Amino acid sequence: MANKVYKDAKSALEGFTFDGMIVMSGGFGLCGIPENLIIALRDSGVKGITVISNNAGVDGWGLGLLLETKQIKKMVSSYVGENKEFARQYLAGELELEFNPQGTLAERCRAGGAGIAGFYTKTGVGTLVAEGKETKVFNGETFVLETGLVADLSIVKAWKGDTEGNLIFRKTARNFNPMMATAGKKCVAEVEILVETGELDPDAIHTPGIYVDRIVQGAFEKRIEQRTVRKRENA
Amino acid sequence: MPWSRDQLAQRAAKELRDGFYVNLGIGIPTLVANYIPQGMEVTLQSENGMLGMGPFPFDEDVDADLINAGKQTITALKKTSYFSSSDSFAMIRGGHIDLSILGAMEVNDRGDLANWMVPGKMVKGMGGAMDLVAGVKRVVVVMEHTSKEGASKLLKQCTLPLTGVNVVDLVITDLGVFEIDKHGSQPMKLLELADGVTLDEITAKTEASFVSALR
Repeated sequence: MANKVYKDAKSALEGFTFDGMIVMSGGFGLCGIPENLIIALRDSGVKGITVISNNAGVDGWGLGLLLETKQIKKMVSSYVGENKEFARQYLAGELELEFNPQGTLAERCRAGGAGIAGFYTKTGVGTLVAEGKETKVFNGETFVLETGLVADLSIVKAWKGDTEGNLIFRKTARNFNPMMATAGKKCVAEVEILVETGELDPDAIHTPGIYVDRIVQGAFEKRIEQRTVRKRENA
Repeated sequence: MPWSRDQLAQRAAKELRDGFYVNLGIGIPTLVANYIPQGMEVTLQSENGMLGMGPFPFDEDVDADLINAGKQTITALKKTSYFSSSDSFAMIRGGHIDLSILGAMEVNDRGDLANWMVPGKMVKGMGGAMDLVAGVKRVVVVMEHTSKEGASKLLKQCTLPLTGVNVVDLVITDLGVFEIDKHGSQPMKLLELADGVTLDEITAKTEASFVSALR
């Protein structure tokens, strides 16, 4: 019987990694990132990775770990402002970078996973982003052609999952994870809580298990980038 | 006296309408949330996947899974919903958000906007700005009128790489408010002056051409 459940992140990546591969990594900032799978990817020693991820982690955490070890050849992101090592490598010409508008990046992943080769969007028309790309006028407005993205491997993080690979995300930790889960030729998910099939409400499942090849339960640090609080007014 | 950051936010808040779905950018635009008029229902969207954004949490309520697009910890409201990034930008790109308020480095009198990149400096990326200005129904820019060096940021032609072409409807600076007919051929109109700012002063500090429509 097929078994999707792996005992740890390391074994969950076995056979799925190779030099020069394209990896999609879920998360927005450090929120909803596959912490354990990123560390396992680093420890696998795989090199020359193209990483598609909205952000590039921070120094010493998230995708920042893979930058430190120089395992990333190219990043496809919308915003990378939180990472000094990233800036250093980029300015030194050691790292390639492709900026995508955030919504275009999300839709490229969605399209890739849904078998859509390309789509026309208003986003970026008349800017650097549209340079060299085909444009087309619909109803008097100009749109630019963007292509769907597919990765060799997607690594995603969910809150709950079951042994079938069905996933439920929590709050804003959902972000890019659902689309990326669909757009990897292989997808490995890590979850905080892993349950038997039948324990999740089928109507509440965000990502159906068909997209998930392997699933692993992990412990999470869940680091916070900007801890902002308000004070209680003293009565 | 030019308007302060809080006065800019207060002026921008006058663009809110009851029932609006609004996306606020980082910086001064975020402060607009503090000036939503009493009794007005405004729903804030955060492009990382949330509609109905609440205030910052009390210390004990901080949740790493609940952040805004500036990566700050926030709270939910009764009406809150969460969704994926592709759903979030379907909302934005599809014209379902009523108003976007964001900062800028340069704007021209045709509504072109530059706010993401300075050549020669480390570029952090455009994030969701290009999608927001392309898709949201009304785009309001809040910015300083001039650069630190005193150069006008309201130009005939933007010099920096663009975020969008013909996208800005209204510009609120520390010196005044300008309306842009982004899809038409009307000239840019000066609608208001900050307290104590004269027409001569704002004219001298504005490279873009405009007509006065002061009331």
